[in-house]
Amino acid sequence: MSQEVEGHQVDVRKRKFLIAATSAVGGVAVAGVAIPLVVSMQPSARARAAGAPVEVDISKVEPGMLLTVEWRGKPVWIVNRTPEMLDLLGKHDDKLADPKSDMPQQPDYCKNPTRSIKPEYLVAVGICTHLGCSPTYRKEIGAADLGADWPGGFFCPCHGSRFDLAARVYKGVPAPTNLVIPPHQFVSDAKLLIGVDPQQKDHRLQGS
Amino acid sequence: MSAMQKLMGWIDDRFPLTATYKAHLSEYYAPKNFNFWYFFGSLALLVLVIQIVTGIFLTMNYKPDSELAFLSVEYIMRDVEWGWLIRYMHSTGASMFFVVVYLHMFRGLMYGSYRKPRELIWIFGVLIYLALMAEAFLGYLLPWGQMSYWGAQVIVNLFAAVPFIGEDLSIWIRGDYVISDATLNRFFAFHVIALPLVLIALVVVHLVALHEVGSNNPDGVEIKKHKDPKTGIPLDGIPFHPYYTVKDIVGVVVFLMVFSAILFFAPAMGGYFLEAANFVPADPLKTPEHIAPLWYFTPFYAILRAVPPMFGSQFPGVVAMGLSIVLLFFLPWLDRSKVKSIRYRGPIYKIALALFIVAFIGLGYLGLLPATPIATIFAQVFSVIYFLFFLLMPWYTSIDKTKPEPERVTG
Repeated sequence: MSQEVEGHQVDVRKRKFLIAATSAVGGVAVAGVAIPLVVSMQPSARARAAGAPVEVDISKVEPGMLLTVEWRGKPVWIVNRTPEMLDLLGKHDDKLADPKSDMPQQPDYCKNPTRSIKPEYLVAVGICTHLGCSPTYRKEIGAADLGADWPGGFFCPCHGSRFDLAARVYKGVPAPTNLVIPPHQFVSDAKLLIGVDPQQKDHRLQGS
Repeated sequence: MSAMQKLMGWIDDRFPLTATYKAHLSEYYAPKNFNFWYFFGSLALLVLVIQIVTGIFLTMNYKPDSELAFLSVEYIMRDVEWGWLIRYMHSTGASMFFVVVYLHMFRGLMYGSYRKPRELIWIFGVLIYLALMAEAFLGYLLPWGQMSYWGAQVIVNLFAAVPFIGEDLSIWIRGDYVISDATLNRFFAFHVIALPLVLIALVVVHLVALHEVGSNNPDGVEIKKHKDPKTGIPLDGIPFHPYYTVKDIVGVVVFLMVFSAILFFAPAMGGYFLEAANFVPADPLKTPEHIAPLWYFTPFYAILRAVPPMFGSQFPGVVAMGLSIVLLFFLPWLDRSKVKSIRYRGPIYKIALALFIVAFIGLGYLGLLPATPIATIFAQVFSVIYFLFFLLMPWYTSIDKTKPEPERVTG
């Protein structure tokens, strides 16, 4: 298809094709250059290393014991709950603010009565949801300062928030929500990986 | 021909200096009936200049590093000669920018300045407003105080509420899993380079579009309909310079008096321009008792909080907040009234606008307070009014009983 433009015969179809092709190639080049810029805003290798999942050997955590590990700059608790502790968990739902864990403070696979993957192992971020203090582990049943009906749990010394052994918050305390359960998975019976959901590949480690 | 005229001729052959001066100042004909409300456009330009100049000088002593940022601001306040003045000019300027811009936008709302043929001026203006909000939010992180840190935490977490991609999106924005040095550094880059460039570009297109179609006026009638048959100059138009430059100087003087009074006597403005919690260094392990954004964001923050979480997600609130600003873009097409100015509108629009103002100020007030159940109910009522002002506008503006517009401007 040719037509006359300013006294010259011009192939208009060819001209349109060349304009489209040039624009398309130019667009690809712009997108190509944009990718490194956009990706550069992802966490750097250093930030990823600091935020990498943490592998914990839990074979030495005896029943009733609490182990604290650091993950992304936060304390993470691992509690090996005894059968007696687990027995007591269901008996004080009426005193809790969110006994069914309806608030999204845990991954879906921990939205259960024990807020855990394996009933005995509680894995929780040890930072009070009120103002970020770290609560104390108080496993003694009926501790003198916490009342005769204290079933064991966590007590925040800063403003007196109370949590049970599934890290669920009591009613009428300053903290608004249950403690956060971080993503975690059991690599084997003795190894726990904090920071990665089950069945999820550890892409952050692969990326670095 | 004098040497000066020769020089001008030499330049004009190479650059349209005289033509530009005429097109935008000495032969830009603005309606002769501008009133008080027309000060705020030029004042916004003035504040933009104040912010850019003081910002440049702050950058000379500020350190965008999470270890050093807070102390470098204290250093500016205590040890840098006149540093306190430059910093307070910048912080007061931030709030005054919003005061001026809100009044400027309200003027547009009253006199229908967004209506055809000025839709693009309005759209560019809303974009300026959005860029300004981003600029203010990014800048607020830089002093690295408690409110800087936790305010940024709350706002970035809004993006985390987006379904599916939210978590990754918020990590990408922060450049880390928590607000950290990486976040501070990039916010600094956006605050001092990226957004100022965007703002200036938008101001230029805002003004180019304005000077293309000409200014609206309190009567909302087009002065270009009645031109002098000989000169082609609108009969109700007067040259911007010297008439409105001189008028604006009066506005500038009064504005600078108010500005200086705040700057010298109440730079924190009782916690509204600089929040008390921000005089404490950022502490990632300790959340302040009550997190409130600065006053100019509180109407939208109140809308965010007024929407309850649905399906265990904050996302509906985030959508409502976003929508409350996006609706502004559609204003030129939502308004179906036969007249532009409030002077000739019927009672329905006047009531609607009054309710809107009450709702907007009410939301702004509630956004400053902790979310008690009573406050939440009020915020919900005001939010509904806010949205209905826009969503019902096509209906109530078309049934409203308007008065006839005059042919020429009135006074």
